[in-house]
Amino acid sequence: MSDSEPPAEQNGGLPAKLGAERLEAPVVREGLFGVHGTPDTSGYGRLKVRKPLPVSTPRPYGGYFDAVADALGSALEADGSSFDDAVERVVVDRGELTFYTRRENLVQVMERLLHDPALRFEIFSGVSGVHYPDEPGRELSAVYHLASITHNRRLRLEVRAPDADPHIPSVTGVYPAANWHERETWDFFGIVFDGHPALTRIEMPDDWLGHPQRKDYPLGGIPVEYRGTKVPPPDERRSYS
Amino acid sequence: MSTPHVTGAASAAEEEAAEGRIYDVAGEDWDKIVSAGDEDRSENEKIVVNMGPQHPSTHGVLRLILTLEGETVSDVRASIGYLHTGIEKNMEYRTWTQGTTFVTRADYLMPFYNELAYVLSVERLLGIEDKIPERAQLIRVLLLEINRISSHLGGIGPFGMELGATTIFLQGTRFRERILDLYELITGLRMNHAFIRPGGVVQDMPPGGLEAIRGFLREAPRLVHDLRGLVDANPIFRARTRGIAYLDLEGCMALGVTGPMLRAAGLPWDLRKSQPYLGYETFDFNVPTETTCDTYGRYMVRMNEIEESLKIIEQCVDRLADRASITDDPWMINDAKIGWPARLSLGPDGMGPSPEHIAHIMGQSMEGLIHHFKLVTEGFRVPAGQAYVPIESPKGELGCHVVSDGGTRPYRAHLRDPSFHHMQAVSMLCEGGLLADVIPAIASIDPVIGGVDR
Repeated sequence: MSDSEPPAEQNGGLPAKLGAERLEAPVVREGLFGVHGTPDTSGYGRLKVRKPLPVSTPRPYGGYFDAVADALGSALEADGSSFDDAVERVVVDRGELTFYTRRENLVQVMERLLHDPALRFEIFSGVSGVHYPDEPGRELSAVYHLASITHNRRLRLEVRAPDADPHIPSVTGVYPAANWHERETWDFFGIVFDGHPALTRIEMPDDWLGHPQRKDYPLGGIPVEYRGTKVPPPDERRSYS
Repeated sequence: MSTPHVTGAASAAEEEAAEGRIYDVAGEDWDKIVSAGDEDRSENEKIVVNMGPQHPSTHGVLRLILTLEGETVSDVRASIGYLHTGIEKNMEYRTWTQGTTFVTRADYLMPFYNELAYVLSVERLLGIEDKIPERAQLIRVLLLEINRISSHLGGIGPFGMELGATTIFLQGTRFRERILDLYELITGLRMNHAFIRPGGVVQDMPPGGLEAIRGFLREAPRLVHDLRGLVDANPIFRARTRGIAYLDLEGCMALGVTGPMLRAAGLPWDLRKSQPYLGYETFDFNVPTETTCDTYGRYMVRMNEIEESLKIIEQCVDRLADRASITDDPWMINDAKIGWPARLSLGPDGMGPSPEHIAHIMGQSMEGLIHHFKLVTEGFRVPAGQAYVPIESPKGELGCHVVSDGGTRPYRAHLRDPSFHHMQAVSMLCEGGLLADVIPAIASIDPVIGGVDR
């Protein structure tokens, strides 16, 4: 249901993307049921699921979304920047508006979103990290949800950073409530929020190693550490054989 | 020994040199500490006190580090994470349906809200928001509003006990127990329900369910009246809560505070009215507000919300009773690729798939068996994308950010818990006040650490 693919009937019954274009998309999954290394004779083993290329929604976005984009554009121009500089692409999906923002412009965009009378996104609804190891160069994602009480609107900002340089500017200067949310995202994903007043772990113990919600971090199998003692994970604790 | 008790030897001496004198209250040494205090009492002495993580009046395993000047709190830092259980990480390894069994355990005083926030996000990803049966929506609203009452009671009752009034706690618990009985009747469990699932709810209302709720509705006004008679005009309660933990509208806005704290500052912001979901726009209810911006105002908002919730429950019961004559009125989406295949029924050995369904898949239909097996073990696929659906929980805006990569499991699920967000306001509520007012300040946020830490 991505917006870059028009319905088949508009295209003479053919899929919107043909041959080479479809094969350019990165492979995200091979085979069925997650089975690897087995002599699969069913034919499903050669199935390859390709991830669609990043979509970008053309104007008009519908609803109040155009008004938000226009207001942000004029606010940024008054600030010496522009909408296209700050926002990589705009996605409207399932009735939700997402601005994929460049990290250099994040604080400026947030500042305008909060203070511009035509925008006024007062309520900061948190940061949610996502780790996409299959998207080289843009693995780490910070997703911000904002709400405007004045205009009764909602908006999502997404910022990407590469694993090699996991830095995103902190928005605590604009929204003080981002403080704990950024600490949580640092704790779980290892995204460094530059300019945060005290970027320390919040949910995990202070001396924990690794960032547990990353996709390369396993579920379970981690020794329990508490004040210098180490208890092996439950599946390794004792053997009755 | 006239000097205070000192722990350890060399390390403690070093620590004292750096931090000032350290008192280790280990029991049976009170006289020493008091006499030491007489010796070196100075005007500007600051004391750092650790409160928690096991203090009974901090709503779970919350730790506060308080800096005191005499009895005045000059600095508060909240330390959380003692109840972190990795709910979000675990969900990435389970099917979309199994996710509800995890989120329901986050904030355990409002399980249905966690479930609904997650389920609404999944339904938006699936694109089935307008295909959920009317009956399922009504049962959801019914459970949510019952839950709103029990969550507020779970905040108000123990708050009374924290102030030293056992009767308020017992009255609140007695009231809440009636609600837990309703949960048990409807879902089979008192908590951890996992009752609201993608596509609808697990089960229809049980026989006699509506009558039990009507019985509760007859009894509830008296219970509310009893509780209010005990608390509303209570001089001790008012002295402990009025003007305490003041946070005005400007402060709420700066910190992104929502829920009863915002409404106690005078702003009638309620997502059920402003961004309605589940058909809340068709129900008749008010959004109570106060303008005192203090702990007492937040208590009044919660109490008034209980009365508004009773109105919504009554409308729900009436609508469900009106639908009793409809012969085929489903409570799960009519989509075999998403809806749970088996309908549950109560047999002699407990709850399980209905005998008709078992007979169908085991005796009549191989395809039915395959379908059941695939949907139950592998689950359904959700189209790639992300969604965030906020709802008005008893504590404020609760949202679930769900990301799908097109598979049978959540790629990422994140609960935006109001308790987590509002705990950031503790410093603003407590600093400059008295030590004794820290307890009402925290109770006025009504945090539940299961939701804060997840």
